[in-house]
Amino acid sequence: MTANEPVLRVEGVVKWYGEQPVLDGIDLDVARHEVVVLIGASGSGKSTLLKTVNLLERVDDGQIFLAGDDITDPRVNADRVRARIGVVFQHYNLFPHMSVLDNVTLAGRHVLGWSRPRAEARGRELLERIGLGDRAAEYPDRLSGGQQQRVAIARALATEPELLLLDEITSALDPQLVGEVLDLVGELKAAGSTILMATHEMSFARRVADRVVFLQNGRLVEQGTPEQIFDAPQHEETRRFLARLG
Amino acid sequence: MDRITAGEGQRQPSAVEQGRVRYRRTQNRRSVLISVGSTLVFAVLVWLALTASPGWEQVRASFFDPQVAWESLPTVLVGLWTNIQVLAIAVVGVAVLGSLLAIARTLRGPLFTPVRILAGAYTDIFRGVPLLLVLYLVGFGIPGLDIFGRMPAQFWGAIALVLCYSAYVAEVLRAGIEAVHPSQRLAARSLGLGYAKTLRLVVMPQAVRKVTPALMNDFVSMQKDVGLISVLGAVDAIRSAQILVASSYNFTPYVVAGVLFILLSLPMIRLTDWYSARARRREQIGGTV
Repeated sequence: MTANEPVLRVEGVVKWYGEQPVLDGIDLDVARHEVVVLIGASGSGKSTLLKTVNLLERVDDGQIFLAGDDITDPRVNADRVRARIGVVFQHYNLFPHMSVLDNVTLAGRHVLGWSRPRAEARGRELLERIGLGDRAAEYPDRLSGGQQQRVAIARALATEPELLLLDEITSALDPQLVGEVLDLVGELKAAGSTILMATHEMSFARRVADRVVFLQNGRLVEQGTPEQIFDAPQHEETRRFLARLG
Repeated sequence: MDRITAGEGQRQPSAVEQGRVRYRRTQNRRSVLISVGSTLVFAVLVWLALTASPGWEQVRASFFDPQVAWESLPTVLVGLWTNIQVLAIAVVGVAVLGSLLAIARTLRGPLFTPVRILAGAYTDIFRGVPLLLVLYLVGFGIPGLDIFGRMPAQFWGAIALVLCYSAYVAEVLRAGIEAVHPSQRLAARSLGLGYAKTLRLVVMPQAVRKVTPALMNDFVSMQKDVGLISVLGAVDAIRSAQILVASSYNFTPYVVAGVLFILLSLPMIRLTDWYSARARRREQIGGTV
């Protein structure tokens, strides 16, 4: 991979659900250390796009490159691709039968083949970083929603992924818990993570995004810096979407 | 799977997508060929091992004689009809008694303590005792009491089956009832539905849905255990086969009965598979993992 090759390149991606196009020819690059925020109404294709990038959905056309590798080629090992990408879901999806530390060390031990001490050292370091170092032995249901989501982020980071996908990670949280999760994402950005995220938090998008991408009906309508999109949107659809949010 | 052409054909897949579709098709064809090939090799090996064994000729003559099989078929079929009748009655009995036991075990409140204990003891005992033993005790013991007059062996067989299988089914149902999220009870009670109506209208339907595959599995297992009523002297498929074997010294009728039992259970097994697969598809919304 050359220095200025994008971490993620999406080229003409198409996805159909039956007769309905959910992604209708999406082109998108995410550069190294860049934070790209997807905005758009429910059903605009944000989540589907993230799922196709993580190979949880098969594209019906187009290609997706991760650091130059075509990951939509049916010959690639999907599990190996997924190991290079960290994902955080809306509903945390922590494993309830494992302690917080085991949640975070699972991929290291069973995908990357790390020894338990090595995985746990990495896991404890991450838990310290997210401010939950003292909860390592707890089970997820003993934690608040915000804490669980921070653990989910730590779990996604444990294998040092090249790209982090965040799918509406604050949508299921109480308003007073949203801040702690978004602060953590801000820290990840400062530390140089490459992030592609879907969100409804416009103020956060404005604060943390390098680039904001507006999707509607599976099409990329407009993209630009937060200032361009939020203060001077070029397209009528973007203006209408932002006006509705008021 | 051809979703590209779904939009009234106006969408032409790109060369890349066409290549991927081609590659997947070749892969699929390869997997089918490999599976057919490996199955054939396996079947041939088993066949060779069987026919090459020193005693094969004798075994074939006394277990797989087509002539005997054909002649025994009508008698064994008539016997199987007895099994099916007993099964039909027993299934209803199991459904009723199993549900009652399951509900009894989940009743709350101190007043119901004896009911809970009794139901618990019942399931403990009847899941522990071998069905064969229950058949003997019920089939030869209860008639000895001289209360019911003379009942056919099928009747006692059905009773024994109901007693045993109700205990299993009750435990499966209980697991289902407890797996329904408590918030569902709260929601129903908040509408003003009483305990019984909450159970009947909200909890049980969800509970049964959750444990349907397990219940179907119990049914399949019951379909074959119904053959055990032959030990009471009921002339069912197995007993008929036994009589034929005794008179001809050829074991083929047993094989015939076995094949008939398999045929009897196949529809239910397929139905169970189909149902489980459908439930799985519904839970995984559009995932490829």
